Amino acid sequence: MSGHESTYTPKTGFEKWLDSRLPIVRLAHDSFVDFPTPKNLNYWYTFGGILAICLAIQIITGIVLAMHYTATVDEAFASVERIMRDVPYGWLLRYVHAVGASMFFLAVYVHMFRGLYYGSYKAPREVLWLLGCVIFLLMMATAFLGYMLPWGQMSLHGANVIIGLFGAIPLIGEGLQTWLMGGPSIGNQTLQRFFSLHYLLPFMIAGVVILHIWALHVPGNNNPTGVEVKDVEKDTVPFHPYYTVKDGFAIVLFLIIFAAFVFYAPNVLGHADNYIEANPLVTPAHIVPEWYLLPFYAILRAITFDIGPISAKLLGVIFMFGSIAVLFALPWLDTSKVKSMRYRPVAKQFFFGFVAAALLLGWCGASNPDDPIIPLGDDKLQVAYTTEAGIDGVAVFAGYEDAAAFRSEKLAEGATASISIKKAPAFRFIHLAQILTAYYFAYFLIILPYLGLRETPKDEPDAIHKSVLGSAAAVPAE
Amino acid sequence: MSDSQTASPETVDEERRDFIHIAAVTATVVGAGAVAYPLVDQMNPASDTKAASSLEVDTTKIPLGGEIRVLIGGKPFFLRHRTAEEIAAAAGVPLDRLPDPETDADRLVPMPDGELNPAMLITSGTCTHLGCVPVGPSQGNTGDYGGWYCPCHGSHYDTSGRIRKGPAPKNLAIPNYEYVTPGVVKISL
Amino acid sequence: MKLYRLLSAGLGALALTLTAHAAGGAKHPHPPKEGWSFAGPLGQFDMASVQRGYQVYREVCSSCHSMKLLSYRNLGEPGGPFYDAMYPNANDNPLVKQFAMEDEILSETPDEYGDYQYRPARPSDAFRSPYPNEEAARAANGGAYPPDLSVITKARGHGADGDGANYVYSLLSGYPGFDEILFGEDENGEPYDYFEFDDGEEQGQLIQPIGQYYNPYMAGDVSAYWDGDPRHTPKGGFLAMGPQLMPGRVEYMDGTEATVEQMAIDVAQFLQWAGDPKQVQRKSLALPALIYLVILAGLLWFSYQRIWRKVGH
Repeated sequence: MSGHESTYTPKTGFEKWLDSRLPIVRLAHDSFVDFPTPKNLNYWYTFGGILAICLAIQIITGIVLAMHYTATVDEAFASVERIMRDVPYGWLLRYVHAVGASMFFLAVYVHMFRGLYYGSYKAPREVLWLLGCVIFLLMMATAFLGYMLPWGQMSLHGANVIIGLFGAIPLIGEGLQTWLMGGPSIGNQTLQRFFSLHYLLPFMIAGVVILHIWALHVPGNNNPTGVEVKDVEKDTVPFHPYYTVKDGFAIVLFLIIFAAFVFYAPNVLGHADNYIEANPLVTPAHIVPEWYLLPFYAILRAITFDIGPISAKLLGVIFMFGSIAVLFALPWLDTSKVKSMRYRPVAKQFFFGFVAAALLLGWCGASNPDDPIIPLGDDKLQVAYTTEAGIDGVAVFAGYEDAAAFRSEKLAEGATASISIKKAPAFRFIHLAQILTAYYFAYFLIILPYLGLRETPKDEPDAIHKSVLGSAAAVPAE
Repeated sequence: MSDSQTASPETVDEERRDFIHIAAVTATVVGAGAVAYPLVDQMNPASDTKAASSLEVDTTKIPLGGEIRVLIGGKPFFLRHRTAEEIAAAAGVPLDRLPDPETDADRLVPMPDGELNPAMLITSGTCTHLGCVPVGPSQGNTGDYGGWYCPCHGSHYDTSGRIRKGPAPKNLAIPNYEYVTPGVVKISL
Repeated sequence: MKLYRLLSAGLGALALTLTAHAAGGAKHPHPPKEGWSFAGPLGQFDMASVQRGYQVYREVCSSCHSMKLLSYRNLGEPGGPFYDAMYPNANDNPLVKQFAMEDEILSETPDEYGDYQYRPARPSDAFRSPYPNEEAARAANGGAYPPDLSVITKARGHGADGDGANYVYSLLSGYPGFDEILFGEDENGEPYDYFEFDDGEEQGQLIQPIGQYYNPYMAGDVSAYWDGDPRHTPKGGFLAMGPQLMPGRVEYMDGTEATVEQMAIDVAQFLQWAGDPKQVQRKSLALPALIYLVILAGLLWFSYQRIWRKVGH
């Protein structure tokens, strides 16, 4: 399966018997015990193991929660509260599952940024990267389906918004919406099927994760220098115990943060409105998805103009899905021969800009697009009036007394007049979101392709063991 | 591993290393156990299930010679208001004639003042053979001994709920109950 | 390099927290002067306050607000306000049985004629709802639906400790005083209530429509009823519930003086317990869990160091 010879020798009679029938112990040994791993992996590389633990935690808590949850619109909200109050340790299982979803995405974003920085998506690891993008998509789908289940206000109205997006697709949009919802609107039939799919998808994720690890083990891990392993003896260490223990340590640190949220602040990452039972007749003031979907939400809302026959709504959907689609194309967009941004000083700066853009896009997604970030003046008052003769007019004032006096004047003349706010020009969230969306796409479609060809990289080390500082001993002690 | 009396730094290191690894693995296993506990405990009955596992029943409305049946947690129970003849019949049976010997008095729970109330017999409604619910006075068939008859395989119970004839091995079980007041019993699972 | 990442992450986080303003232009809710005993990592409920809060709920709020997700037995379970170690099964707790018996609820099983009768509640029953359904609730309250209060403290704020209790306390004690309501007459001779604002840039009159009550802590938009500068409308909104807490409205069983402030604190504390009855248990499990994880991290760190000592990396 991978590039190196198997070093497993079955010792006991049982091991030999099993090995000749189903070499599963051999597979485990070759993949996770004796697997040669570059010795210079830093802590950014522990997030793969962290993600595996996150998946296991979500699946286990999810299965156990499903023993108590009722997926009908009448009972869903109450069944979740029953879990919180009556089921032994139900409150712990529910909070672990809810916080776990956030921690899962936190880890996956760090894992993806690591891949972007060190060029882990570049040849020969393109399929590894593509499988990772598929996992990311499945994760987003799972999270969206799962968020519906508590049947709170955000569950219902957030799902309304996202399913509404499908309606923007020309020709098949309406039909697709009805097919997804199982009816003219989101109802019991939608909730039940979302529960079934939410239970299914994590197992599909697990399957793709197995492929992902397989695709990693064929070429072997990338490393912070981006230079491939040349000498297995000098450049690598066996995965066990070197990286099992390092990953274990990192996982425990991750669990400390996880536990801090679960035990001390389990609801800060969520939205209070989701503790109000879903009511189709009342729309919450601000519909927002969970934090990990905010950057994509910002991109969706950033497109406010039509282009020809394509409506702004459809364009927003295209850009939002495009922002994920562009990730799939990354291995072929980045033309650089040098993998790691350690040795790409110009690209490195743009990468940090990309990280900042992603974070700021999240901020935009959480905010009202029309809210000002930097006001460029004061709000003024305008008095709109229509004279008896039917002539319209507008007058702008800085002070309220003046505006009120002017209005009284006009009213006395027999005109209709009213005061309203004339908002000052400002740099608003919508503008920032548009700039950041442009940067997001430019990074992948323009900057990386250009820099790969034009940038003068720093000198890469010849080999991993040459880049490693410290002890001269190349062979790890037994 | 160490082949001489003087332990070299390497072997001392090895031993020390082994200890820390054993400690780390042990701590992890302990943690895994602590994590497993709530995962297993959550399948135990929840508080609302446990709350629904007892019931207070007003016995004053049961007609003489009749019975009422209640369900607690899905399990049936009989509360029978026995006539004087039924009480006498129950008390007068010699123990050696019973497949499962038990006196009628042993099958009654005393009232708050310590006195027995033979007029009120409370038993489980599950036949001890294979679990059917026997028929009784309300269904018009009390079997050959005046108590209950199980139509599934023909077990006959007497007026004290004791098995007399048929495949059932044991008498109808007496549930956990107590007199809250002389007219109200609380039956618990 | 790492600094850049940390900086941008930190800026993003800071920006997010700065945008945490009160919803819908309302004043930011605040805790009472003494703070909340349940807040913080070592928080505990002031059970006497939760008990009084239950009394306030029963006597003031339950005539309009349901709490469908709570049962009487919850009051007597471990961690509940009326828990008594002598009665580990809350169904036996005499105080709980008393509270339940005083409420009549519709039986779930029909009588011998097939009709559903009212019966005294049992501890295992859910709290009696004032209305059988939402429509009846709206009809009795001028079209407004008094929300169910079971999880109201989790449904307000930003999920931080005490946010919901702050909201309940601020709202109930934050109504303008009766002496602040002024009366006027419009051109048709119809009377109306209004408030006079004379605070910096907030100058003008705010009319209070009939059946609505102004509260600065209620999310909403009062600009339609404001005759002053539209850029400086008063914070807050209108709600269909008027001020409910009057001094002495409740006579506390434990003799505490029932000021508006006291009742607001107590009912907020009770609702905080009701919304998340396991929060104290959650916080008490926190410390052992985190201590264990820190120790485990330490052991794994030393294990890691031992293994990697001889390898250059």
